[in-house]
Amino acid sequence: MRQEEEEVQSNQSSLSSSNLSDKSLVILYDSIRWEEKALYEAAIKKGIKVENVNCKNLAVNLNDRNSKYRGQVVLQRSVSYFKNVHSTAALQGLGARVINPLHAAVMCGNKLYAHMELEKAGIKTPKAVAAFSEESAIAVLEKIGYPAVIKPTVGSWGRLIALLRDKDAARAVIEDREHMFPLYQVYYFEEFVKRPPRDIRAIVVGDRVVAAIYRYSGEGEWKTNMALGGHAEKCPVTSELEDICLKATKAVNGHIVGVDLMESNSEGPLVHEVNNTTEFKNTVRVTGIDIPGLMIDYVLGQGK
Amino acid sequence: MIKCQECDAEIKVPSDSIEGEIVTCPDCGASYELVKSSDGLGIKPAQVVGEDWGQ
Repeated sequence: MRQEEEEVQSNQSSLSSSNLSDKSLVILYDSIRWEEKALYEAAIKKGIKVENVNCKNLAVNLNDRNSKYRGQVVLQRSVSYFKNVHSTAALQGLGARVINPLHAAVMCGNKLYAHMELEKAGIKTPKAVAAFSEESAIAVLEKIGYPAVIKPTVGSWGRLIALLRDKDAARAVIEDREHMFPLYQVYYFEEFVKRPPRDIRAIVVGDRVVAAIYRYSGEGEWKTNMALGGHAEKCPVTSELEDICLKATKAVNGHIVGVDLMESNSEGPLVHEVNNTTEFKNTVRVTGIDIPGLMIDYVLGQGK
Repeated sequence: MIKCQECDAEIKVPSDSIEGEIVTCPDCGASYELVKSSDGLGIKPAQVVGEDWGQ
């Protein structure tokens, strides 16, 4: 579905959802982590009829014009990228109001797609190049120089991301990738951004950045993913940070997202990722903000 | 009482647990998904990470 159509549908659904006499919500998940349970409990606390639907058990007739999902508000929390994108397409296609919508799921789930959307919107990102064969990958690295960071276009938690310090390292990684699933032969390289040993995760709910944290690299680790043993501290939400994050959210047609930024020594804040099924456990722990409650309010159109 | 399928240790399931939630064996660290069973909640081995999981 095109972004413009999604926005129209989203606006219409937003109006209708605020008129729901029987407020109901489906949380679509494939693993109930801290976040999904917190969302469920927040919805229960607000007196909302909430149903947890395991994406693995979902079976939908794609031609059903009277689907029970028509008009249903669905909070998409599937952690599997492929299940997330396809179940969003199915339910949104059947008339559900899925948050985040399909355009956001597709764009956020792929680093190259997201990079292009952010670039088009004039948002500063790490400089990046793409190449589509072993030879062109090596050639382009020679051109941009080392060190460079290789990232799979689809993937998370720092997996298969490598810092290439020289041509030998690049050859080793690229040769391995030639024997992997074809997606890994789409070569996406980013500059190695000189920055403090931390990045920022900002949680956007609708038109607000509700909280942000610094994520520090774990010991002996250059990546800042919490999954790799980093630690978190509260980050002030400045007007500059909010402005960048809201633009990035809009660029991918997101509603509830986690925006990741690096503080480049030379360029200032750079957006390197927008997460459409964002984790926020550490952000709640560090900031004390009721992020699940704010998300539920937003999803049901009750507040911003 | 739920017993770990790997090491037979007791896994305590909190009273506010919900179907689909992940619980971990305190002894061996094996992860299980809570599933509905005839006498409340049971367990099945959980998928704790997939190649395309993230965020």
